Amino acid sequence: MKTIFELTRGILPEETTYCPGCTHGIAHRLIMEVLDEKGLLGETIGVAPIGCSIMAHHYMNVDMCESAHGRAPAIATGIRRVQPDKIIFTYQGDGDLASIGTGEIIHVAHRGEKFTTFFLNNAVYGMTGGQMAPTSLIGQKTTTSIDGRTQEISGRPIRMSELIATIDGAVFVERVSLDSPSNVRKAKKAIQKAIEVQEQRLGFGFVEILTTCPTNWGVTPVEALEWIRENMIPYYPLGNFKNPEEVR
Amino acid sequence: MSEKVLMKGNEAIAEAAIRCGCRYYFGYPITPQNEIPEYLSRELQKVGGYFVQAESELAAINMAYGGAAAGGRVFVSSSSPGIALMQEGFSFLCSTEMPLVILNVSRGGPGVGGIQPAQADYYQATRGGGNGDYHLIVYAPASIQEAVDMMANAFRIAEEYNNPVMLLADGLIGQMMEPVILPESITEEELTEIQRKKTWALTGTKESREHNVIKSLYLKPEELEQRILDMECKYIRAKEELVQYETLGLELADVVMVAYGSTARIAEEAIDLLAAEGIKAGLIRPISLWPFPYEAFDQIPQNVNCVLSVELSRGQMMDDVKIGCNGRFQVSLSSRTGGMLLTPHEIAADVKRAMGVRK
Repeated sequence: MKTIFELTRGILPEETTYCPGCTHGIAHRLIMEVLDEKGLLGETIGVAPIGCSIMAHHYMNVDMCESAHGRAPAIATGIRRVQPDKIIFTYQGDGDLASIGTGEIIHVAHRGEKFTTFFLNNAVYGMTGGQMAPTSLIGQKTTTSIDGRTQEISGRPIRMSELIATIDGAVFVERVSLDSPSNVRKAKKAIQKAIEVQEQRLGFGFVEILTTCPTNWGVTPVEALEWIRENMIPYYPLGNFKNPEEVR
Repeated sequence: MSEKVLMKGNEAIAEAAIRCGCRYYFGYPITPQNEIPEYLSRELQKVGGYFVQAESELAAINMAYGGAAAGGRVFVSSSSPGIALMQEGFSFLCSTEMPLVILNVSRGGPGVGGIQPAQADYYQATRGGGNGDYHLIVYAPASIQEAVDMMANAFRIAEEYNNPVMLLADGLIGQMMEPVILPESITEEELTEIQRKKTWALTGTKESREHNVIKSLYLKPEELEQRILDMECKYIRAKEELVQYETLGLELADVVMVAYGSTARIAEEAIDLLAAEGIKAGLIRPISLWPFPYEAFDQIPQNVNCVLSVELSRGQMMDDVKIGCNGRFQVSLSSRTGGMLLTPHEIAADVKRAMGVRK
């Protein structure tokens, strides 16, 4: 019998701790599939910082380390010096990357570090129970903005892809979403390109992935996908911000 | 054996780090240790190593964690306020059992403080400025020679114990020049062999082994407790194996001083001043600050009048001196701080005051 589908060896056969309807699982699988298809699973090192995704190493079948909150890009910088031939990535949430880790992410882009950052943006602190993130939308109710985020108190949500794209050392920047099958396919394409950018050591690669958090958004898994389309994509437009010629 | 050269402390320590196999250094400018990143930014590339000027000490220590996790021999240096910023990383490196050599060329605090030599980071170094049950292994050199001699051992201990080792040098050690004999260079073969033994390192699975995971998070309390107790076994072993100290004239002493680092050298001069007045002073010089050489205090004769903690801080080491004395002797303090140094005459005067000697 012909095999028409196999799970990637990049994902370990573990039950995940992620909530029902969370799209971490899809993001994990896309990244691992891309690495598997390129034959890079044995050559890859990942960094998973504080946030729900600190559990990523339970599911991703590559060498990995945990990171203190926000520091994954600095850690990947150190790994890169010792392992110049490997594929290295960080997998960071929005509280981690867009708040406590802004210094680290800006400076790896600035140095043009030759690794890839996957930025999972769900507009909320998930692991700690739904507090406002710098990426939370205006009007979004969180446990630290119970009447909805206001611009007066907290400013407007930060758009990391646009910010990173202004930095010369960042050569590939794209924002994708996991709200629909077609967008999942586009996300995989972006991940493929980002890894190619790294294989060619062209500079820093950044893929922002809009993901769900039904638990902290207070919606069902299906509604969460709709929530991305209705609330996130209008403010966080999908698309490529930077794409070097070598991978076009 | 290398020939004797006259070198500034910071540069001698940086050169010793390279000779002892450091190939990765991550740092951020801060006085009085700037000659170290400056030296290594020039010299590391010549031996195939890497220097990265980090955006902050916080980033530097995390780069160091990444480098250590990937199997490299990593060295970081900073000074007091910068070391304060690295505490999150120290706790994380201890929790993940990563080898690393840290140098603190310490200066006056608290806060920004000043840039002159001090020993006011004793608590920070020996009590842990980071969170949780952990220890840095801490050594305090009293001369540039001793600092460079400690380097090879520091890397060896860090890798044997899988724990960061700190050299706590006061600003004097970093800034003064002394004749020094540098250590022999480790060979590339030895370095490769050291790296090969780190089977836990993040090197890529080559799909020929289980994936390596370096972790600090243990959500189940029974697991975390067990992990801490397991790590404690090595800390107990450290207390048996790593204690280092020197003593001077304890057998016939009327009074005993305890001093480390540069201060110990000044205290030695005070011994001569006191001897001229017929007072026999002994000295305990802790070389390892953690584990602290409490056992040295058993050698203090019962008839000693008192024990002084002589330090460039306000009685931080005195806590350990009191533990060492265990109530047997009265303990006093001889101290300057904030970047002021003790003179031999000041120490001698403090000794006499503590002994109740008039004039």
